[in-house]
Amino acid sequence: MFGPLIIKPGTARNNKTGSWRVESKPKFLQKNCIGCKMCLLICPEGCIEGEGKNTYHCDYTFCKGCGSCAEFCPKQDIEMVKEK
Amino acid sequence: MGHLFTAGHTACAGCGQAIAARLVIDACGPNTIVANNTGCLEVFSTRYPESAWEVPWIHSLFENAAAVASGIEAALIYLGKKEAINVIAQAGDGGTADIGLQALSGMWERGADILSVCYDNEAYENTGIQRSGLTPYGTNTTTSPPGTKSIGNIRPKKPMPEIAVAHGIPYVATASVGFPQDLQRKVKKAISIKGPKYLQIHVPCPLGWRHESALTFEVGKLAIETGLYPLIEYEFGVLISQRKITPRPVEEYLKVQGRFKHLVNNPEQLKLIQAIADNNIEKYNLRAEKQSS
Amino acid sequence: MREFLEGSRVVAEIVKLCKPGVISAYPITPQTHIVEELAQFVANGELNAQFINVESEHSAASVVLGAVATGVRAYTATSSQGLFYMAEVLFNIAGLRLPLILTCANRAISAPINIWNDQQDSVSLRDSGWVQFYAENIQEVADFHLIGYRLAEDKAMMLPVMVCMDGYTLTHGIETVDMPTQEQVDKFLPAYKPLYKLDPQEPITMGHLADPDYYMETRFALQRTLEDALDLIPKITLEFSKVFGRNYNGLIEEYRLKDAERVIVAMGSVCGTIKEVVDELRAKGKKVGLLKITAYRPFPYQEIYGALKDIPKVGVLDRALSLGASAPLAAETKAVFFGKKKKPQVISSFIAGLGGRDITKDAIKEIFRLLTTKERMTEFIDLKPELLRESY
Repeated sequence: MFGPLIIKPGTARNNKTGSWRVESKPKFLQKNCIGCKMCLLICPEGCIEGEGKNTYHCDYTFCKGCGSCAEFCPKQDIEMVKEK
Repeated sequence: MGHLFTAGHTACAGCGQAIAARLVIDACGPNTIVANNTGCLEVFSTRYPESAWEVPWIHSLFENAAAVASGIEAALIYLGKKEAINVIAQAGDGGTADIGLQALSGMWERGADILSVCYDNEAYENTGIQRSGLTPYGTNTTTSPPGTKSIGNIRPKKPMPEIAVAHGIPYVATASVGFPQDLQRKVKKAISIKGPKYLQIHVPCPLGWRHESALTFEVGKLAIETGLYPLIEYEFGVLISQRKITPRPVEEYLKVQGRFKHLVNNPEQLKLIQAIADNNIEKYNLRAEKQSS
Repeated sequence: MREFLEGSRVVAEIVKLCKPGVISAYPITPQTHIVEELAQFVANGELNAQFINVESEHSAASVVLGAVATGVRAYTATSSQGLFYMAEVLFNIAGLRLPLILTCANRAISAPINIWNDQQDSVSLRDSGWVQFYAENIQEVADFHLIGYRLAEDKAMMLPVMVCMDGYTLTHGIETVDMPTQEQVDKFLPAYKPLYKLDPQEPITMGHLADPDYYMETRFALQRTLEDALDLIPKITLEFSKVFGRNYNGLIEEYRLKDAERVIVAMGSVCGTIKEVVDELRAKGKKVGLLKITAYRPFPYQEIYGALKDIPKVGVLDRALSLGASAPLAAETKAVFFGKKKKPQVISSFIAGLGGRDITKDAIKEIFRLLTTKERMTEFIDLKPELLRESY
């Protein structure tokens, strides 16, 4: 007999951590983005995607609203806006 | 998304370790097996029935990832599969420098072909911000709180990179979440080298260090730019690189973190901490050359 | 083929025949010869295994944990303090459902430090989820390592097995043993086929955090699996007898119990001595017998009940103690009969042979003499009162 023993990959994505957000979320303006890719690299959730200038966006299902991406963006092309 | 460490984990918003863990495993690629010690990372990434890991991953105890990884390596060698597969042993600062030091030292001494990664958030954050051997001088932790009889943690950081170097292993480096591309470069370099490798990554912890979750990256950068956390690489005991800085005063780093709040108006303590930074700058030759016009 | 060999050497030879891929152990008297022999086999190319020298027992157990988790058969051995040092890893291995063999060369526990034989070490680990076999002689040591691997790796089990052999008596003793051939071992013990393993081709997460919603079922499954092993062990020993020609029940051995009036219950090499005494006393017309416990975990309640229910006087000989309470084997044997209509008139408890103090034939005879209708609670045999004082 076996109890819970192994977890298969891909299962964390069942946990929609976007529900953690209370105050604000990042808005990707996609206007002055230079494609430095840093937002993608430093997002703790790894939920920012993009390839090339002005393509970066995030998956709000997982974004916890930490604000790191907006804080960092060298072109202020990401703004934290109030969660509705 | 393609990450080997996915979203959906339960780390605090802004967690430096979550950033670093993803950068490390993405740089290693899918042909990697991970042994992870008990700590924040293990707890927030594998709470049944959810796992954020897309690579084979095992957690056993608090102090034995290095030994478990040695067993994984031995099994892979027996199966003739070690050449194609990276083996990582990862832990926090407690699982590396304190309770995990014995197993780690043994693994290095055996010359195992394993990358050991230390996620250095400078305290036992997972159990509630208690002091570790890598907690810097002056830090407010729950087991080294400042009070009328104490300024906080009175001991310096255990010099883990030097300890690693003293074991004669081929590659030792420090990295930081404040410099993510440098971090990934070092990971890729490490896994290309045969033998034991040690990578100590500075990872700010918004909860334990008491800073805004949005400032993780900034705090990480400031630690480097003050000289308090040198970014260095050793190959076979020889210092081959250091990130050059134009040093910023330590106050700039200390004042954005609640864990150092009690020191900010204490000039005597600030001098002592500045001396630590200055000593690093001197020792590792961190000062950027002035540009000649 | 019958050979006259040191017990430790026999263990090493048997382990060699089982072809583990990874061996890791930390030296501790009296296990050392086992591991030294294996190191020599690897060095000579007789055994194709990764032999990992580690810096502690905790790491030795962790190395073999990692190896089995990667799908490779592994082996370790230890004693006493080493067993305790790796204790948390042992619980971890059972909880992770990883099959493994560990040879415990039974030795007393510090303090005071003592390198000689008793069973406190492995008995103290009885809660760990490991199967525990206690060998009477070196032949049993050899056979239960084979049975152990076959049992551990069974798809219904996937649990680690500890083969307990009395330190010095069996590790350093030399006996004639029927050593199997590689062909026989290969016939009985197939290659390890893991149900789950660390493999980039099929990634899995092992060793997760289980909160209160998930933890209990893992432990229930462990308990149930060990209970099921009470049926599985005799099935495996039957397969064993077909290949090797030696019969074991695997759980207990009844020695001259029919019509016995006084029976001693014991585990390990002392059973050899008890059998000799039983034979001597029987020759004089005394109705005595021995119930040998081979499998201490899982605990064979039914089998013990069946063997002892009609025996009037039972004496349990423990070589371990649950300090502050009672002797473990005695307590568990008594528990078999609670609420049962048929039970012995008296079950007495005796402690002997701690720290390697020899259990002589006279000591066994003394125990039989003390098996009267008066129950004895944790009675120490061959104690030296001159070494004791009431106050410091």
